[in-house]
Amino acid sequence: MTENRSLPRIGVLAIQGDYAAHAAALADAGADPLEVRQPDQLKGLAGLILPGGESTTILKFLDKLNFFEILQEFCSVNPVFGTCAGAILLAREVRNPAQRSLGVLDAVVERNAYGRQVDSSILTAETALPGGPLEMVFIRAPRIVNTGSTVKVLAVRDGSPVLVRQGSVLAATFHPELSPDRRVHQLFVQIVNAAHSQKAHELEVRF
Amino acid sequence: MPEQNENKSFASTSLRLKVGLAEMLKGGVIMDVMNVEQARIAEQSGAAAVMALERVPAMIRAEGGVARMAKPSLIKQIIQAVSIPVMAKARIGHFAEAQILQELGVDFIDESEVLTPADEAHHIDKHAFTTPFVCGARNLGEALRRIAEGAAMIRTKGEAGTGDVVHAVQHMRQITSEMRALTVLTEQELYAAAKNHQAPYELIRMVAQTGKLPVPNFSAGGIATPADAALMMQLGAEAIFVGSGIFMKERATPLDVENDPKEREEAVSRAKAIVIATTHYNDPKVLAEVSEQVTGTMKGLAAAGLEESQLLQTRGW
Repeated sequence: MTENRSLPRIGVLAIQGDYAAHAAALADAGADPLEVRQPDQLKGLAGLILPGGESTTILKFLDKLNFFEILQEFCSVNPVFGTCAGAILLAREVRNPAQRSLGVLDAVVERNAYGRQVDSSILTAETALPGGPLEMVFIRAPRIVNTGSTVKVLAVRDGSPVLVRQGSVLAATFHPELSPDRRVHQLFVQIVNAAHSQKAHELEVRF
Repeated sequence: MPEQNENKSFASTSLRLKVGLAEMLKGGVIMDVMNVEQARIAEQSGAAAVMALERVPAMIRAEGGVARMAKPSLIKQIIQAVSIPVMAKARIGHFAEAQILQELGVDFIDESEVLTPADEAHHIDKHAFTTPFVCGARNLGEALRRIAEGAAMIRTKGEAGTGDVVHAVQHMRQITSEMRALTVLTEQELYAAAKNHQAPYELIRMVAQTGKLPVPNFSAGGIATPADAALMMQLGAEAIFVGSGIFMKERATPLDVENDPKEREEAVSRAKAIVIATTHYNDPKVLAEVSEQVTGTMKGLAAAGLEESQLLQTRGW
């Protein structure tokens, strides 16, 4: 994996959750995935995915070794994509119950807003992504109840945003990693590649 | 129910959602809890889910009697108290207990050998439920029979309530080596393999192609220390169940987490350490640090010293 220099190296936070499914989706979408368990592993990554799982569990680990602050800094300058629990971690504010979050996405997120596991569902609908309807797998999903003016809504369910983008921050309340369709991961890889060439361009201008 | 006809196929919406929740629990620890306070400690320590039950296996083993589904009032209190998924156990074959658990809104049902079986020939038809099921297995054939019945997650049985990891290790090694062996067989040989494993041919063929179970494979039964959790993860478990290892002290008595701050601290230290060890299972430096932080350990029973009639793992067919 390390020899693959042409592909962007994107981390997947591998504290708890379906990080393996994200790594497989990233590989399909043209990236070189790396599992991240410690803060020093963020060095040199072109982007990061915060996977689905239990946000309370993931938060416990971020409390140690300044991981929370280091991650917050990483997310403020690099592309980042959160799904479900990952989207909760990215939000500006979390409700039901209130908990700490990275605050890099200008949105309010309510946990377990659609009910318990028996209320989990799969929805197929048109989104802002080209290529026809997108399958969206919702599992004990959170709801984005409020977004700031710079947040672009790319997909909705019953009037609530389920896929949003704010600059190089992407968030989904569903699980694109559990569907065979790779368009959402491809979009994230494009965001990473664009941010990378932008950075390279800035360097050229400066020197 | 539009998907009724494709109900039993792996492409069905219902099964994908069930396996989806199991995916979310990967890399995590599912802790047995007997009251609201224990559930809160589990959540605060980083558990990915809790299993609500009235007596943990070590107490069931010590006290005897018929072990049944937990009281609905207890399950409801625990559902109210925590934001993480809540599981509960039903007796093997007791589909009415499972119906009640589904009605209560539990997120996962464990059709468990730890409770006294209700049927000595049949397991629950798990396809008939919207709530996902986890079932125990000692070998590949047993795992695939449970998956055929609709289980969305498999766990090793181990020997619950002992604090002795030896049988969890044996069952995990058995399942993984039997899966590896299937991958080198020819198409023709797979028919005989299905017969030998007493499992459906289609599932045998699926395992032969991928080298792994079609649902997540977790570990349970005797895991009592951070090192035990790391051992099971390194052997291929995708998450860990801890039963009696966190909230029990000597002689099958629970730690008093409600009234005794020292005993509460002991439970917290064990719970946190096992959670960290499960994530960093491949990092001996972290494992050494968390093992040092643990105060007290369940004394346990050597599984080799148990009479055949005392074994829980032989329940299930």
